[in-house]
Amino acid sequence: MPIKIKREAAGQGIIDQVKALSGIDVNACLQCKKCTNGCPVSGFTSSSPSEIIKKLQLGAGEELLDSEIIWVCSSCATCFSRCPMEINMAEVMDALRARGAAKPQGNMPLMNKLLLGTIKTFGRTYDLGAMVLYKAGTASYAKDLDKLPMILKKGKIALLPPHGADKKMVKRIFNNLEKTRKKST
Amino acid sequence: MKYAYFPGCSAESTARDLYLSTMAVARALGIEFTEPEAWSCCGTTMAHQVDHDLSLSLAAVNLLKVKDMGLDMVVSCASCYSRMKIANHEISTNPKKREIVSAALGRDYDGAVKVRHFVEILIEDIGLDAFKKALTHSLGGLKVASYYGCLMVRPPEVAGFDDPENPVYMDRLINAMGGVGLDWPHKVECCGGSLTLTRSDLVVKLSESIIAMAKDSGAECMAVACPMCQINLDMRQDDIFKAAGRRYDMPIIYISQLMGSCLGISEDALGLNKLIVSPKEAMNHVRSSVRS
Ligand code: SF4
Ligand code: SF4
Repeated sequence: MPIKIKREAAGQGIIDQVKALSGIDVNACLQCKKCTNGCPVSGFTSSSPSEIIKKLQLGAGEELLDSEIIWVCSSCATCFSRCPMEINMAEVMDALRARGAAKPQGNMPLMNKLLLGTIKTFGRTYDLGAMVLYKAGTASYAKDLDKLPMILKKGKIALLPPHGADKKMVKRIFNNLEKTRKKST
Repeated sequence: MKYAYFPGCSAESTARDLYLSTMAVARALGIEFTEPEAWSCCGTTMAHQVDHDLSLSLAAVNLLKVKDMGLDMVVSCASCYSRMKIANHEISTNPKKREIVSAALGRDYDGAVKVRHFVEILIEDIGLDAFKKALTHSLGGLKVASYYGCLMVRPPEVAGFDDPENPVYMDRLINAMGGVGLDWPHKVECCGGSLTLTRSDLVVKLSESIIAMAKDSGAECMAVACPMCQINLDMRQDDIFKAAGRRYDMPIIYISQLMGSCLGISEDALGLNKLIVSPKEAMNHVRSSVRS
């Protein structure tokens, strides 16, 4: 399949931003496609890890963030483990997701945001709390929540929010990072 | 032997059974676990997908607590294990990251605390001989497909757990307990657990290929050490049946639950009643090995 890319107007594409976010230089990629062959999800999506890298190399811009695989990648790191050039593709995917969080695809970003919110509040994850909010926030994909009654029956999830964590410290971390970020922009 | 034990958020919720069985096994083997005081979330999946520096800092604040305790950190959740190891790796190899994390924490952390999985300390510190001596029961030839998934073994230069493509630590424990650790090809395939809430259609496909392979390899149950894999493979079997009409009834049992049952600990104390696919038939193999 021919790979089509649109060069970003500025000419540089988002390859530099990916490097700034992840510290990874995808220019070392040989296109051997070991990553794609081992990737558990690329067979079910319209794009593959090696294709994302090729497009980055060729100067792709923001539209690359529309690629399905970025939002379906399970962070399994099989790609990185098998890459002869030791390119950490799983982290490149993280960087692209962070970059694209402003215009999310699918519901991964929402779920992540909700879970993070519970960590900021309680210092630990409160999965049931996030799941309830998630159900309120999405119509599609929410079908998986039909599992909730079974999980509750088995006592497989905590009903009450977690307690006991050093909440002050966790909040300080959230705030400090925000401050550092504001300073640098 | 003394360790700092980090339970992780799932210990209080979806992986209560992993926590209970790990603690019970440790107690039976005379391993001393102390929890770091007021521990907080390790910065798992959602944090690293949204904000990398936050994820590192959340891990580091717990590692720093353990550093103050002067002990190794032991983890039973594969997801916490992976996060702690990644944080250590980045903080110790990337001065810029170390600076960011130190600023967030208000204290410097060097990335040097040793992080070990519970399975690792059993093989490497306790040793199979001592483990065998403590056993009161045997798995009675139970055929077990041990499943390691992603987080314990990848990326290999960070995780450093056993062999990344063909790990055998759990198999060695299973064999020591009188079970049969099967040699099968999907030990480290991804089950898609992290996509549970977002792409359940894909998870069904990924999970089925793993469970089907275990069954074809003759497994009577699967042994796991990751809460995300456990809950995913366990509850997904119903969806596989609905989507594909195939029923596997494959019990997905924590390795610590199998160990506990061979140390004479009751099924309730091990949280075996929390499993969705009943482990009853598999556990029927367990028999007393103490000669009277
Ligand atoms: S395995 Fe590495 S070198 Fe090969 S195509 Fe993938 S990223 Fe490129
Ligand atoms: S980390 Fe993502 S891109 Fe890499 S092999 Fe796993 S699912 Fe595919």
